[in-house]
Amino acid sequence: MEKQRQFDRELEDLKKKLIHMAALAETMIDKAVAELVQRDEKVAAKVPEYEQELNRLEIEIDEAALTLLATRQPVAGDLRFIVAATKINGELERIGDLVINIIQNVQTLLAQPPLKPLIDIPHMADLARRMVRDSLDSFVGGDPLLAQSVIMADDRVDALKDQVLRELLTYMMSDPRTIERALALILVSRHLERIGDHAVNIAEDVIYMTQGRDVRHPKTPKERPADLEM
Amino acid sequence: MEYKLRTENLGLHYGDFCALKDVNISIRPQAITAIIGPSGCGKSTLLRCFNRMNELIAGVRTSGRILLDGRAVHDGAAGLTQLRKRVGMVFQRPNPFPLSVFDNVAYGPRVHGMHKGADLEAAVEKALRATALWDALKDKLRAPALGLPAEQQQRLCISRLAAVEPEVLLMDEPCSALDPIATEHIEELMRELARRYTIVIVTHNMQQAARVSSETGFMLLGELVEFGLTTAIFKNPSDKRTEDYVTGRYG
Repeated sequence: MEKQRQFDRELEDLKKKLIHMAALAETMIDKAVAELVQRDEKVAAKVPEYEQELNRLEIEIDEAALTLLATRQPVAGDLRFIVAATKINGELERIGDLVINIIQNVQTLLAQPPLKPLIDIPHMADLARRMVRDSLDSFVGGDPLLAQSVIMADDRVDALKDQVLRELLTYMMSDPRTIERALALILVSRHLERIGDHAVNIAEDVIYMTQGRDVRHPKTPKERPADLEM
Repeated sequence: MEYKLRTENLGLHYGDFCALKDVNISIRPQAITAIIGPSGCGKSTLLRCFNRMNELIAGVRTSGRILLDGRAVHDGAAGLTQLRKRVGMVFQRPNPFPLSVFDNVAYGPRVHGMHKGADLEAAVEKALRATALWDALKDKLRAPALGLPAEQQQRLCISRLAAVEPEVLLMDEPCSALDPIATEHIEELMRELARRYTIVIVTHNMQQAARVSSETGFMLLGELVEFGLTTAIFKNPSDKRTEDYVTGRYG
């Protein structure tokens, strides 16, 4: 049994593709926010290309997972791994879409003078990127504790999003000429917050994969903290 | 919960070889229970304990108890015929007697004292209907059973058991000599039969265990490693050895 089985190699291949997707997604988040901070359109020039690559990988991974399900009839840990892989695949692709949305808002912002120094948004971007990385690391290492830490980190990203919103509301109220830029910034923070949510979904899938325990939707809607909906 | 069959610290030795070690298993009535495990793990030995077929082998020693409907299955010749009537066995290769279709099915009822024509005919028809063979074979009742296709032979063997109205059907790899379509038909039949009978199946085919059974036991080296709901065994087994076996990584 020392020689790795073909099936294990195929599972390993699936894992490698997801790691590659996650690396792309992280780079995209980095570049999109760096473009905003540095006010330089060249910084994120390659992001649309990366997004194309993500889309291509998404299809490849789904195809590979379906083939494995059809030909291997996996059970137990293998089955949970493959199902998790297809879900994580979708989450990463969605993260790519959100980065493209960020880039569109950044272009609006770069066409006008800066509204204010940016502190919270780069911080949010860092946190969201780390959540994506940790969620994928927890998948690769089968580490439910790391996955749990991703779920915990989401509260901080949510709090920052609320803070950005409150701050920019005061700008908009005091000077309507800032509305377009403030809205663009609010949307950027909203997209980053959504990226964090996708990382949380990945982490939940990892907990199911490693422990067979479903941690999604633990609270009833009534118990959920009232957030500022945008 | 009244279990149909239960073992208490069941042990079995073939000479010096320990084939079963402290097996404690509880089989639900009118359900299909699957026993899986690699070759030599003791699963067929366990199955054969349930109708005392191991006693045919020289040098066998057993310990512990087997309870049928909460009552111990006794040693000695006394209850053996009665036990085999209540607990029947279907084997890997269909093994009809070299007799006609009718005489195969009538064999059991005759042994148990049913000789009258009309009763016997009714019993045979009922047993053949139970395995959905009646329509196919009602005009071939005098044909030799060994001339039937494999699937019909296996159904016939199940009819032969059904004719004595058993309570438990033990099945040892009942589909391993059949093609996939015939296998599906027998599995369908098993689900049908499980409404009336308690079925225990031993199989190498894990997908079959996953498909037909409601509870599954995994055996290794004579031990019952894990026993639980089939969905749990195949989605999220709790023992590493079960996981390794069902995912094909054992050994």
